[in-house]
Amino acid sequence: MSIAVAPPGAEHTTDVVIIGAGPTGLFAVFELGLLDLKAHLIDILDRPGGQCTELYPEKPIYDIPGLVEVTGQGLTDRLLDQIKPFNATYHLGQMAERLEKADNGWTVTTDAGTRITARCIVIAAGGGSFTPKRPPIAGIEAYEGKSVFYAVRRMETFRDRTLVIAGGGDSALDWTLNLQPLVRKLTLVHHRDGFRAAPDSVNKMRALVAEGKMEFIVANIKALQGSDGALSGITLNNKERGDFTLPCDALLPFFGLTMKLGPVATFGINLNENLIPVDTGTFESNVPGIFAIGDINTYPGKLKLILSGFHEGALMAQQAFRYCRPDEKLRFQYTTSSSSLQKKLGVA
Amino acid sequence: MKLIVTDRKGAVHELKGRDDWSAMEVIRDANLPMAAECGGACACATCHVYVAEAWQDRLPQAQQQEVDMLDFGVAVQDNSRLACQIRLTDDLDGLELTLAPESL
Repeated sequence: MSIAVAPPGAEHTTDVVIIGAGPTGLFAVFELGLLDLKAHLIDILDRPGGQCTELYPEKPIYDIPGLVEVTGQGLTDRLLDQIKPFNATYHLGQMAERLEKADNGWTVTTDAGTRITARCIVIAAGGGSFTPKRPPIAGIEAYEGKSVFYAVRRMETFRDRTLVIAGGGDSALDWTLNLQPLVRKLTLVHHRDGFRAAPDSVNKMRALVAEGKMEFIVANIKALQGSDGALSGITLNNKERGDFTLPCDALLPFFGLTMKLGPVATFGINLNENLIPVDTGTFESNVPGIFAIGDINTYPGKLKLILSGFHEGALMAQQAFRYCRPDEKLRFQYTTSSSSLQKKLGVA
Repeated sequence: MKLIVTDRKGAVHELKGRDDWSAMEVIRDANLPMAAECGGACACATCHVYVAEAWQDRLPQAQQQEVDMLDFGVAVQDNSRLACQIRLTDDLDGLELTLAPESL
């Protein structure tokens, strides 16, 4: 599936910015497109699909109307295909960081410096931004960004360091293999002698251990030692050895992703327990022109279902049209009978 | 049946368990803080709980999918389980669980 991914850091103007490219955000492109409204999508993940592709790409979904069974990835692929005629612009691997009032609408700025100005903002952020899980180890905050990292932005950061990688998934194993040649000493720490990661990576890691090129320890991380953000060691614990110290000056914990509301909380919209209350006629928040659809909104009777997000997107689009095209008459049409809609869809 | 759940502040809650519900569903239904982000698909490890010692051998063993998913849990111990994979039955009346710490 080819989609138009914009390089980061540029300025754009459009009708609607959709924050979140999960199923709800994707289908919103369709509903907006039928009304000739252009959309840009922002997502922190590097591919569209949201929870569907991040959490359960291979798992079947049975409650999408008309699709007896579809996987998370399958639904995402079908949605991308369905919205293709509307040529949305995708800003992937970026987090919507700031929202400011513009002359006639709003400007969203991402953490990659992309700035998009639009008349309407649609927050379709689900459970929030996917961010790396941060292990609940006392005082870890002080080390983050200095000697504790949740991602590898530049491999050079780790050259000649005494590195501990924690975790048993693909990220933990892939970075173990990639960073091992660079570092002074590498230890992989995992809570069991078994891995979720691809067997091939695990075999390669075990071979490195057998050759004496790295160490693998089954243990839990109990505490961090060091000062001023500089790690000097970590306290590990396992049944055989109890508590023991492993000297290191860098730690990479890889425990998957979790969803955090993130900067949306600073956008100046009313929130109720991290959800955005909306008017169910328009799916608008308390701020005119800012909408919330899908799992991130709340209203009496709300159900967190993909199909609810589709409905919410359709009603949102009607109201967004009134903001974006105040001088035009909104014409409600069916794709079955309208030749102008069929033209937009490229089928007429 | 009852489910005894200790929250992260140490408060103990006696919840009414329902046959065939998962422990995660009962805990969420009681509005205890549990993210359970994937909604029970064994795909996120955010319904992580510790099982009281007396109950560890009485629970059906974790399937491989759950064991693997626990690699994405934080602060995993030998008594860690994913609450979405614990199916409640009358045999489990009085099951004691503790909510594991969450990601910061």
